[in-house]
Amino acid sequence: MKKEKTMKLSLPTEELMGSGHLACQGCAATLAMRYVLKALGQKTALCIPACCWSVIDGPFPHSSLGVPIFHCAFETAASSASGLKAGLEMVGDMETTVVAWAGDGGTFDIGIQALSGAAERNDDIIYICYDNEAYMNTGIQRSSATPYGAWTTTTPVKHFKNRPKKDIDAIMAAHRIPYQATANTSYPEDLFKKAKKAKEIKGTRFLHIYTPCPTGWKSRPEDTVKLGRMAVQNCIFPLYEVENGEKYTLNIKPREKKPVNDYFRLQGRFRHLKEEHLKFIQAEVDHSWERLLKLAEPK
Amino acid sequence: MKPKKKVEKIVFQSEKDVPLMPMSLGSMLYNKTGSWRNIRPEIDLAGCIQCGICWKFCPDISIEIENEFPVVNYDYCKGCGICAEECPTKCIAMVEERK
Amino acid sequence: MKKVIMGNHALSWGAQLGRAQVIAAYPITPQTQVVELLSEMCANKTLDAKFIKVESEHSAMAACIAASIAGARTFTATSSQGLTLMHELLHWASGGRNPVVMGNINRAMAPGWSIWTDQNDSLSQRDTGWIQFYCSSNQEVVDTVIQAFRVSEAVMIPSMVILDAFALSHTYEVVDIPDQEKVDAFLPPFNPPIRLTPTAPHAFGGLTSPEHYFELRYKLQKDMEKVPDLVEQTGREYEKMFGRYLGQVEDYRCEDAELIFVTSGTAGYTARVGVDQLRQEGVKAGNLRIKMFRPFPFAKVREILTKAGKVAVVDRNISYGHHGVFYQEVKSALYGRDHNVPLFGYITGLGGRDITPEIYKEIAQLTLAKDKPEEDITWIGVKR
Repeated sequence: MKKEKTMKLSLPTEELMGSGHLACQGCAATLAMRYVLKALGQKTALCIPACCWSVIDGPFPHSSLGVPIFHCAFETAASSASGLKAGLEMVGDMETTVVAWAGDGGTFDIGIQALSGAAERNDDIIYICYDNEAYMNTGIQRSSATPYGAWTTTTPVKHFKNRPKKDIDAIMAAHRIPYQATANTSYPEDLFKKAKKAKEIKGTRFLHIYTPCPTGWKSRPEDTVKLGRMAVQNCIFPLYEVENGEKYTLNIKPREKKPVNDYFRLQGRFRHLKEEHLKFIQAEVDHSWERLLKLAEPK
Repeated sequence: MKPKKKVEKIVFQSEKDVPLMPMSLGSMLYNKTGSWRNIRPEIDLAGCIQCGICWKFCPDISIEIENEFPVVNYDYCKGCGICAEECPTKCIAMVEERK
Repeated sequence: MKKVIMGNHALSWGAQLGRAQVIAAYPITPQTQVVELLSEMCANKTLDAKFIKVESEHSAMAACIAASIAGARTFTATSSQGLTLMHELLHWASGGRNPVVMGNINRAMAPGWSIWTDQNDSLSQRDTGWIQFYCSSNQEVVDTVIQAFRVSEAVMIPSMVILDAFALSHTYEVVDIPDQEKVDAFLPPFNPPIRLTPTAPHAFGGLTSPEHYFELRYKLQKDMEKVPDLVEQTGREYEKMFGRYLGQVEDYRCEDAELIFVTSGTAGYTARVGVDQLRQEGVKAGNLRIKMFRPFPFAKVREILTKAGKVAVVDRNISYGHHGVFYQEVKSALYGRDHNVPLFGYITGLGGRDITPEIYKEIAQLTLAKDKPEEDITWIGVKR
């Protein structure tokens, strides 16, 4: 039953990630890895600290990836990547792209010191944070990437998180690294392009990838891609690039900025929020968006 | 996707076979995650426009392209339903798994 | 080539002669001259290495481990608070079988802040799976670093080369710097059996279930048990080439001794002076300086101490709630043997208080006055 039309896929078909991995149903962190490896190719080495991916990959002596991985200590993604890059170069491998691949806990919290150190030295690594907005691997505890209003097992409904998400992208911009970008697994082509671009640049590069987590967000697994799209459409997680900490480029500017409510309604972690909270969140999102628009204005 | 490495689960019977450091020697393909599934995607190719969106968004790399059409690999599909949700022509249905 | 250098520079020289390829280090008193000289060596290209100037000791060890897994020879140096900050990663290096070589300057742990010597920093790392060498001269530091690379890489277990704060780190001594060519012949380039590379991709250190973890640790211990013989062989080979022998222990006038001190580090050097003075006064004293603490040199310690009349272990450290660490170790080495040698434990010199020849005389007096010890700890020098 072959039809006339031939398939035009928007991403290369080569897979460096295999099936059989241990991710939950509908896990976007898995999609992030799949797309990034498609972009970076086989000459890539990953440093993965404690995070969902240290389990997803599979137990010793197995792995679901076709690239080498160094499973490193929780707070050492960046410093391990720096060391790995130096080691590979000293044994004559000048080509391999070394990637620190960490979750939001390993990036925003426990690993921020090593990340800041590597960025300040401008070590030749790509640091990728897949952000599912809490410690999901340990069972959904709050991190400094958890957004305002969210329930987690350490921010129960009665004391939901009452501080905003840490602005890691601003922190990285303050390091004036050559390239950084936000990305989202619901926009694979954009993510792919950014990873490719990062690969061609020398120095510390930072990708912040938004990865919905059905288990931790109490959302339906099939809504993973939808949620990612909504977070861009309502400007909760805008897609942009920053070069040298100064040149901001907004990649997607929604024609019509959607209200945050629909996005919140699809996630059990926000079920307890009242109208007043949502209003407050909307105001915060509007404020951040305006600030970003200003930063991205042509100078 | 062609399995490049050993597909069976590796279990060492003696410490002599265990490598010096904990390192992978085989893939995860032994782990047939299809058994996690409660609902299964079924593609009605009559409605398929060959956009590749189901293939692209599969977290489990369980949609393969054969003869220009998507085919579900039920060995590994966990039944998350993203493919059905994202299919622009809604030609993928999630149906109760027969156990 | 003979040079007058400080102990810290002896570590840097060892790293340069060993052709360390990646160095990642963070400054801490009293280690700073190690990294300062290494920075110069790298800048002057007398050492072809990448020096990652990290933001903490934790990152230093992380970077060294990762560089080592790529197949590079790695070196770092630290002290005290820095070493204990690394603690998590010390397990990582040994468990991952990464033969990093590290200099550690023994400095007492805060609080209160101290920059002076004692051994609680490194002895707290006893169970991390690292080989530990304690040095008593700058010559020994250079020679030990070179041999540590050889031994570590042979068994894929990391090594710590340890020297006392100020008493050695800042003391200038004449050191015979070995010829680079000869060191190259003694120490070939690092060529690990397995390394991380995209050409043969493996995931290192992944989730390890009870099904296999046990075997990995069994293998680490089995390889650790090979180290004493390896240190002997390597030491003899080094002696042939450079004329200096470093073994697991150094025994001084022990053959006919009625009293043997068990010492380590620079206190072990002072002990020799104490022994000479006691001998002049008619006391047949001897000194057993433990150079390699991990793995513990059971055979050597038993062989030498079972011949003694009495043994006095001098600890510049304490395991709170237990005894001096060397005392525990020696006791366990001698337990259940035919010769039930009376074993006395002394703690002295904590936080950099001097250990002088007079202290050895005092210890000798106390030990010889009793048939057997009344307590496991006798404190020497506490103001009471």
